[in-house]
Amino acid sequence: MSTRHFVLTNEPLDEHLATQVISHDGAGGVVTFVGKVRDEARGHKVTLLEYEAYPEMVERVFSDIAAEARKQFPITDIAIHHRVGALEVGDVSVVIAVSAPHRAAAFDACRYAIDRLKHIAPIWKKEHTPDGAVWVDDRP
Amino acid sequence: MRIIVRLFASQREALGRSSIDADVPDGSTAASALTFLARAYPALSAGGATLAFAVNREHASSAAVLHEGDELALLPPVAGG
Repeated sequence: MSTRHFVLTNEPLDEHLATQVISHDGAGGVVTFVGKVRDEARGHKVTLLEYEAYPEMVERVFSDIAAEARKQFPITDIAIHHRVGALEVGDVSVVIAVSAPHRAAAFDACRYAIDRLKHIAPIWKKEHTPDGAVWVDDRP
Repeated sequence: MRIIVRLFASQREALGRSSIDADVPDGSTAASALTFLARAYPALSAGGATLAFAVNREHASSAAVLHEGDELALLPPVAGG
């Protein structure tokens, strides 16, 4: 698994790799957000999430999100790693790690980055339940 | 002019393919190309107003003017994270 800052991969994610890549001697605060597959959504049992992305675009969007975060918050570094493919309950789908000289900026930038990712990253997920499968947010 | 259209998620499934090599009228915009293509591929209109566009892998408005060889991506509502 690569230790680049912006990663889209079929392989299981390791949050420690994202944390390592953004660690610097001058950064006293590191915040890591780990997103995992939950066993329910809107009252339905979830058995599997199938993630799909536009791979040629997604790492550029991650880089754009990082640039936005850097502009707004005094952070040292940021990494965004996302997994695609079939994920089971408990699997890690996304890791965002942010380092900063002080904790407040790291918390704020991490929250900003995951919120932006959910809004603009070209990634989709199909929710499998005992009653069938549906693309999330893709319904009438 | 020739463009490449990329399809994802529900649209990829509905059409049974992830891309189309398409011939669209010169001067087409993202939106007019979609309308044009929906004649040959009616399933494309299913996404309707909820679709967003990217041209050459950058987010683009529906009014973005296309050029020969462009890659037009039709983006259903995203759900990463």
